Amino acid sequence: MRTADVLRFARDAAGGYPLRTGLSVLAMAIGVAAVVVLTALGDGARRYVVDQFSALGSNLVIVLPGRSATGGFSPANALTTTPRDLTVDDAFALTRLPSVRRVAPLAAGNSEINANGRLREVVVAGTAAPYVDIRSFKMAQGRFLPEADWNRGAPVAVIGSKIQEEIFGSQPAVGELIRLGDRRVRVIGVLKAVGQGLGMNTDEVVFVPVSLAQSMFNTNTLFRVLIEARSRDDIEAVKREVTAQLKARHGNEEDVTVITQDAVLATFDKLLRALTAAVAGIAAISLAVAGILVMNVMLVAVTQRTAEIGLLKALGARGATIRDAFMAEAAMLSLFGAFTGYGLGLFGAFVLRQMYPVFPAYPPDWAVIAALGTALGTGMLFGIMPARRAARLDPVQALMKH
Amino acid sequence: MQGGDYVCAAARRVVGAFVVPLIRLAGIERVFHLGDSTVHALDRLDIGIEAGEYVAIMGPSGSGKSTLLNLLGLLDRPDVGSYHLEGRDVTTLSPDEQAAVRSRRIGFVFQSFHLVPRLTAAENIALPMMLAGIPAAERTSRVAQALKDFGLDQRSDHRPDQLSGGQRQRVAIARATIMQPAVLLADEPTGNLDRATGDDVIHLLEVLNATGVTLIIVTHDQKLGARARRQLVMEDGRLKHDSARDGALPVA
Repeated sequence: MRTADVLRFARDAAGGYPLRTGLSVLAMAIGVAAVVVLTALGDGARRYVVDQFSALGSNLVIVLPGRSATGGFSPANALTTTPRDLTVDDAFALTRLPSVRRVAPLAAGNSEINANGRLREVVVAGTAAPYVDIRSFKMAQGRFLPEADWNRGAPVAVIGSKIQEEIFGSQPAVGELIRLGDRRVRVIGVLKAVGQGLGMNTDEVVFVPVSLAQSMFNTNTLFRVLIEARSRDDIEAVKREVTAQLKARHGNEEDVTVITQDAVLATFDKLLRALTAAVAGIAAISLAVAGILVMNVMLVAVTQRTAEIGLLKALGARGATIRDAFMAEAAMLSLFGAFTGYGLGLFGAFVLRQMYPVFPAYPPDWAVIAALGTALGTGMLFGIMPARRAARLDPVQALMKH
Repeated sequence: MQGGDYVCAAARRVVGAFVVPLIRLAGIERVFHLGDSTVHALDRLDIGIEAGEYVAIMGPSGSGKSTLLNLLGLLDRPDVGSYHLEGRDVTTLSPDEQAAVRSRRIGFVFQSFHLVPRLTAAENIALPMMLAGIPAAERTSRVAQALKDFGLDQRSDHRPDQLSGGQRQRVAIARATIMQPAVLLADEPTGNLDRATGDDVIHLLEVLNATGVTLIIVTHDQKLGARARRQLVMEDGRLKHDSARDGALPVA
């Protein structure tokens, strides 16, 4: 029998029982769609996190006060856990390190903004001029905080685009005096909208000189120090230099945590990739179930068409021909189901993206290939047994079934 | 010209008779095991059938006539004995070789027609050619000719459930003969048809036999059997009566 005839025969056979065919195609489609949508979700989460971290700026090294406990609990640790303050002078000292390009201190707290007869809660971030470059922010109006001694900041503020919108509306903000907690400061700039960044919406932040923020919140310590390395290759050097420098300044005690963006990124990337693979694995179970369903459907088909198989043998069909025809039918069910499921899955991912535009829910290529491959593989694999059974039927017995 | 053709055909048949019979069964036995008991469905059977013969196999149910037909059609193998078809021992062939013989040399007509319900009349007729790997273009032309020969040209696109019983059996006969087989095996071909339609079908088979196809019909219908030129009567797996050997059947 010619290949084209085998395929046409299988297609007509599958089409002859629309309900049965439809159900097995549906099962296979759901399996594939599940893999596509779930991996799109998982990979979307990964990309989301990666994008968020990338948005922080490039070649970033972050210093946190306090030592992250990685050595387990010990009485010695317990006695020395109170960290020294991470001060503005500490941060400024880092600017002289060879591999460091820029340094920006960051002190943060909640306060109220009161201007133009309106009042709202805001996050106040105390920092310095290099911050805008480290984070690659753009100014909408005015300018960012001026270069100045970090210990003596002028009473000025740069506001996020959303603050500007809510407090000033269409009126000009630059040059206006606002009340920030118990201080009066002058707005010197408005940032361009950037959206979410590390759980903090920069559009709703008011930036002031770091010394001003510290005195507002009555603290000496910094929340973070952001450091930009000279190049990507210098990130490790920066980490070493910063750790050494701060250790020297803190009485030879390593009481800060230095993290690199790459390390955090790699950890999250690994974690979320593992999560995606796990989710894909769970979804793949439904593919196996669909494969077993295809096998059942084909077994039913062999039983239903026993007389036909007997007839085909009487008309001169070889066992291999009958096996091929049933295999082709199983493959068609799987193939059709797989591609329907792929389409459904892409549509599902599209709907997800429409609902959550910030969430890049695209299925990864490997998942799509794996899902289609598994669907076809299981369909064919589970098609072998029924097809062989059909091929081995005794023609005399088969012809008597009617 | 027609007379000349007839002479040629007759001569061929005579030569065939001298050289090898179309079918030669020697010492055929077929045993079925049903639980503890063994049933001799066919018991030491020796039959020769010449090319172009018209043979009726008769006998009560359970006499082994269907088993014999299955064996002649290479759907079943004997436990003992040899079966030569056109001089070739076909009992020792592999299943695939037997399938090839069924495809090219044997046509089946069944009591219950055995048409594939989802295929049209034309597709059912083309089925043996499709299985044999004959190109689609040739299939189309041969099916068209067959549809015309069997008076089915108006029914080519009808599915079996849209056809009458007689039309269905005509489709089945067209399918059985489309590969131009040497032998046509018919198992109760009129069993599911009313008398008038059944007569038409038998007439059609006899016309085919007249063109040279060996026709072997299994039936329990005495009247139908009597129309054949040779009657084989089976009983308990043995050949009880062969009209070629024992003379005409006594009228029951």
